[in-house]
Amino acid sequence: MNFDLRTTARMLQFDERADRVVPPTGFTARLTLFSAFAMSFLAVFALALSLAAGRVADRWGNELAQSSTIRISAPAGEVATQTEAALRVLRTTPGIVDARALTLDEQRALLSPWFGADLPIDDLPLPQLIDIIETEDGYDAAGLRLRLAAEAPAAVLDDHARWRRPLIDAASRLRLLGWASILLIATAAAAMVTLAANAALAANAQVIAVLRLVGAKDTYIASAFVRRFALRALTGAAFGTLTGIIALVLVPSGSETAGVLTDLSIQGIGWVWVVLIPPLSGLVAFVATRYAAGRVLEDLA
Amino acid sequence: MIELENVAYSYGGGELLTDMTLNVAPGSFHFLTGPSGSGKTTFLKLCYGALQATAGHVRLFERDVRGLSRDDVAILRRKIGVVHQDCQFLDHLPVTENVALPLTVSGQDPDGADANLKELLAWVGLTGRANALPPELSGGERQRAALARAVIMSPDVILADEPTGNIDWEMSQRLLTLLVELNRMGKTILIATHDLGLIRAAKAQVQTRVLRISNRRLQMAGADL
Repeated sequence: MNFDLRTTARMLQFDERADRVVPPTGFTARLTLFSAFAMSFLAVFALALSLAAGRVADRWGNELAQSSTIRISAPAGEVATQTEAALRVLRTTPGIVDARALTLDEQRALLSPWFGADLPIDDLPLPQLIDIIETEDGYDAAGLRLRLAAEAPAAVLDDHARWRRPLIDAASRLRLLGWASILLIATAAAAMVTLAANAALAANAQVIAVLRLVGAKDTYIASAFVRRFALRALTGAAFGTLTGIIALVLVPSGSETAGVLTDLSIQGIGWVWVVLIPPLSGLVAFVATRYAAGRVLEDLA
Repeated sequence: MIELENVAYSYGGGELLTDMTLNVAPGSFHFLTGPSGSGKTTFLKLCYGALQATAGHVRLFERDVRGLSRDDVAILRRKIGVVHQDCQFLDHLPVTENVALPLTVSGQDPDGADANLKELLAWVGLTGRANALPPELSGGERQRAALARAVIMSPDVILADEPTGNIDWEMSQRLLTLLVELNRMGKTILIATHDLGLIRAAKAQVQTRVLRISNRRLQMAGADL
């Protein structure tokens, strides 16, 4: 069967009379509608997961990329001296824009999510924290550690890289997993539509024989089936996508720091992808049915 | 118009038809006889390109079928009206849409040919059954609807496979009258049948040529027909 661009365009043209030559088939119609509905519903979630994971990866990467922390763990009497020594070293280290010791209130704010707001922080042997802001090029962490060891031995440098990298990697992989899921969903949808189209074509072998008897070209016969399945997939996918969006809205949202689970939503440019789900489902059904029709018509020739 | 040159057709390892040569001239009226299973339907299918000869050449309107694509054969088939014994309708469409089906599949607007469609249904006596579904028709009505569908594109050739197989004598005479009328209008007719009464009735009205398939070969029938 010839499937050039002109033929493909003709296949997409609405033709009521041509569509009527194929009898309505309940089972395959319901199967296609349901498959498209379910797959689009799942695709919305996979998309939301992927987009949320991407946002988290970007946020963690941006927020933590240019900051470091120094922890001063020393006996109570030496904390101030060691802090001052560490700050002196930091002020003369290339690649550091700013360095300052956190106040007690700031340290309390950091701990309050875990221990509550009324934490008696004054009574606890907490280390003093120094917040470092780096330049874009950063600093030489190994060199800084050596200088700190010499001048402020109680200072421990944490450049965040050790724990930041696995988190960003995990979020990035989650994003990739989301897109892979969408690809799998599209493939499974194509397989189901192909099966349904095959069943419909096989069940209509007599109709195909009659159409050939009266001079119908294969592209004409295929078009009638292809349009029907593409339309069903489009309809099912539209409802599936809408239901998926409603379900997403019902997922409780939380603070941004909570990560992927409470940030499972579609934002900004992500809506473009959501809107594309129904037409892409229709396209998948179109290609799958066209392939099935080509094979069945060849077999019936 | 339809030419067969040393045509053979094999299926499943066995040869069903062999060494068949025939030239169906424009405006002629042919009958094809032979016992059941002799290959009459297969022969007709070769004549409208539904089957490909395994040897020899079939030429439709001076074009060798072997070299044609399926779409080309479909276009050629629009010049050939076919009436099957079992009629082959789309059971979910009413008679009018079934009769107009050749127009629909060839991209012509059946509404534009509405007057012709009504005249055609009147000609075959089915005006009152225009909106009936095929399963609601009697055997004779189905045959006449099939004939109407076969001629709606004004084809040059009409092939009929046992058109009177499922209908009574009176109805078969009515159908024959329509076919003779078409032949007088210049259409080429080829009818496969084992109904000798039909052949004799036709010979009384129009000049016919009777062919017989015997032992897988095509022969001219004897003077008894």
